[in-house]
Amino acid sequence: MSELTTDETPVVRMVNITKHFPGVLANDQVDLALHRGEVLALLGENGAGKSTLMNMLVGLYQADSGEIFVKGELVDINSPQDSMALGIGMIHQEFMLVGNMSVAENIVLGMKGLPFVPPMAEIREKITELSKRYGLQVYPDKIIQDLSVGEQQRVEILKLLYRGADILILDEPTAVLTPGEARDLNEILKKMLAEGKSAIFITHKMDEVMEFSHTVQVLRRGKSVSVCPTKTIERVQDLANMMVGRDILFSLERGSYNPGATKIEVKDLLALPVGGGKPVLDNISFTVREGEIFGVAGVAGNGQQQLSEALTGLLKVNGGTISLNGKDMTNKTPLQVIKAGVSHIPADRGRMGVVGDMSVGDNLSMKKYRTSELSAHNIIKRGLVRKFADRLIDLFTIKTPNQDTSVKFLSGGNIQKTILAREIDSCGGILVAVYPSRGLDVGATEAVRQNIIKQRDKGCAVVLVSEELEELLMVADKIAVMFEGRIMDIVDAKDAKTEELGMLMAGVERRDI
Amino acid sequence: MKFRLEKRDYRSTRMAVLVPVVSLLVSFILGAIVLLISDANPFQAYAAMLKGAFGSQTKLQYTLVKSIPLLLCGLAVGIAFRLKFWNIGAEGQYVGGVIGITWVMQFWTFLPTTLLLPVGMVVGILFGAMWGGIPGVLKAQWSVDETLTTLMMNYIIIGFAEYLYFNAWKAPRGNMGTVLYPKEAWLPRIWGRVHGGIFFALILVGILWFVLYKTRWGFELNMIGKNKRAAECQGVSIKKNIILAMLLSGAIAGLAGVIDAAAVTHQLTKGVDSGYGFTGIIIAWMSGLNPIISIIVSVIMAAIETGSDALQMTMKLPNAMGAVLQGLILIPLLAGNIFIEYRLLVIKNRKEVTA
Repeated sequence: MSELTTDETPVVRMVNITKHFPGVLANDQVDLALHRGEVLALLGENGAGKSTLMNMLVGLYQADSGEIFVKGELVDINSPQDSMALGIGMIHQEFMLVGNMSVAENIVLGMKGLPFVPPMAEIREKITELSKRYGLQVYPDKIIQDLSVGEQQRVEILKLLYRGADILILDEPTAVLTPGEARDLNEILKKMLAEGKSAIFITHKMDEVMEFSHTVQVLRRGKSVSVCPTKTIERVQDLANMMVGRDILFSLERGSYNPGATKIEVKDLLALPVGGGKPVLDNISFTVREGEIFGVAGVAGNGQQQLSEALTGLLKVNGGTISLNGKDMTNKTPLQVIKAGVSHIPADRGRMGVVGDMSVGDNLSMKKYRTSELSAHNIIKRGLVRKFADRLIDLFTIKTPNQDTSVKFLSGGNIQKTILAREIDSCGGILVAVYPSRGLDVGATEAVRQNIIKQRDKGCAVVLVSEELEELLMVADKIAVMFEGRIMDIVDAKDAKTEELGMLMAGVERRDI
Repeated sequence: MKFRLEKRDYRSTRMAVLVPVVSLLVSFILGAIVLLISDANPFQAYAAMLKGAFGSQTKLQYTLVKSIPLLLCGLAVGIAFRLKFWNIGAEGQYVGGVIGITWVMQFWTFLPTTLLLPVGMVVGILFGAMWGGIPGVLKAQWSVDETLTTLMMNYIIIGFAEYLYFNAWKAPRGNMGTVLYPKEAWLPRIWGRVHGGIFFALILVGILWFVLYKTRWGFELNMIGKNKRAAECQGVSIKKNIILAMLLSGAIAGLAGVIDAAAVTHQLTKGVDSGYGFTGIIIAWMSGLNPIISIIVSVIMAAIETGSDALQMTMKLPNAMGAVLQGLILIPLLAGNIFIEYRLLVIKNRKEVTA
């Protein structure tokens, strides 16, 4: 990042901000300052109060006490409209786009002062002009649902630029991006900064802090614990320690690699998309043995998700066989697969992993409610469920007021722990985990990885799909790289090299490396 | 000063109770406005309605008789609603039940008279189940939108019923309606006009409460309704359960028709599309899909209907007033539900305060 001069008045100054939620002090006398042309990284664990702080800046919440100054003036921000009028815009983790409308329509949707029949030609022109200026490749007439996640994010950025925002807040912008897309985002940010715009971005990832930001501010349990120029940080480890307030284990304890009998055998798997076209799974074959973690690497969208769904019975395949625990499980129902001993930590925890409107206790029992451990003669034994849930909450240190709380009120890390607890408890020898640490803070990530390794040490066969090579190198025994529905190669994790895996992920054949 | 809504960090149980009660009150206030426009004194009108619904033993009996099919229809749609399957076809499933029992009563003359009632009830229930099951299968197999199919199937079967009582099954004397069922095959009365159907309804409430809250199947329905994809990942079959729930929903609506035909009308005739199936939607929503609370709500709804009949007689107001009131309940209820998960914040403008 370029050098920064910070002698002028900050464009945003938040002073002594405090915000309570029932039972939680989300922000406790937090100060924040953002200067013109600066990128401020807001770092902290899940539930540290980063999003709450930013939501107050864009008017989604109101502070209990404290003051906000924008460009030197004391302001009241009561709604996103207010913040937009001040030039502040936020890109949320979940995009706010209408799937079946075009890029141009989405960009002007909800804008004030637009004529009843919007001048689309003019709007398109302005979008094209903006996207050229910042290097944001976007076609105004494309329909949102046809775009990749990275492209959708660019639309969100354009939406803010179109409305004249000069202070951008990005909530974990790279969580959904491929490494290439993340680099593009970095370039876009640089161009915007050069024009005097500023940005705050929320993140868990240390390397991004180092790469993207001028200043880093660390929040811990609602309090600001440190603000410093990024270049003064010597070790990434120091940042991590500040964030969690203790030393993090960067290498995980694990038993020696002693694989046993074959648990998963996949042969020549073929899956075609519903409308026909290029296979989403193309001639996939591999085996996973007891006490082995089979890592699956690849840029998101190259068939990993489909592979995990085929293994768990959620996706019907058009050819090939899947054998699990010695039984043929090709195209069986999810229930049959579960009964064959397969546990699944799905990619999208909110949509696939939990029922948000049901209690923690109910969610924990969603695998075992049909077994004699929790029910008899089709009747669920509530007393047994309560004891069972309390035991798991304890064992996996799930932070929840009690087991009757709806899961949707928990933090992302605790939702993932709930899923982990349920799936590991009911695991019958095979665990399929898809992006299990995605979006989690350091502490929760560590807990997830440690638990997966524990399963392997207990003799489970584990399939671990991940986008982070670092995670796979740390946790997996073997790593398969997927590209466009095919397995490019399978390597032993202990001799794998990041660069080599990166080439395979980009679709470069082994003989060409 | 500004108002805004903020998401709560928990579900407010206080609000979950308060909202339906306040909605009911608000709807009566809104109704009062309608009454004032119609040049009627709302206090007098409501007093007349109350008297009309509960004022004497006979009136109470009328109200209870009406609440039986209402309760059953509320239970019926409530089951489908649990799955977020918008069954607005209870009306048609109810008519299906009446057609089924009438068919048995009129044509299955080979049966001994004592068997007509039980067999007729079973056939009627099966007709209702079939009429509910078809949209269920369409949805499960081909994702056909159920709001359209259930709604349209109402008109098909109501038209078919008209054909039956005007033409094919018309009694020789009179110009509409089938012959009355044999007296021995009527569902007996137990207290004045109140008939044995009340037992069926109350026992069903108990069974449903148990099934929905205590069994694995109830747990699965809950999962599907709240997150279909997650339920699927946990091995719950969505297709099978949609079809099962719709068969059950149709069967219960069919039972409502069967009971009302066997105990009250004793024939298939004009007015068989009584609107019970639609009012059942309001009952299901107001009771929060809880079978036990449905009992109270259906008595209230029945009282509004019998009360508005009294309104017509004593105050010369159209009895459509009842339908107006019932409809008015739903609006504040749907609007009010937001307070269960959101709170209202009042923001004072800082500049005004300092000035």
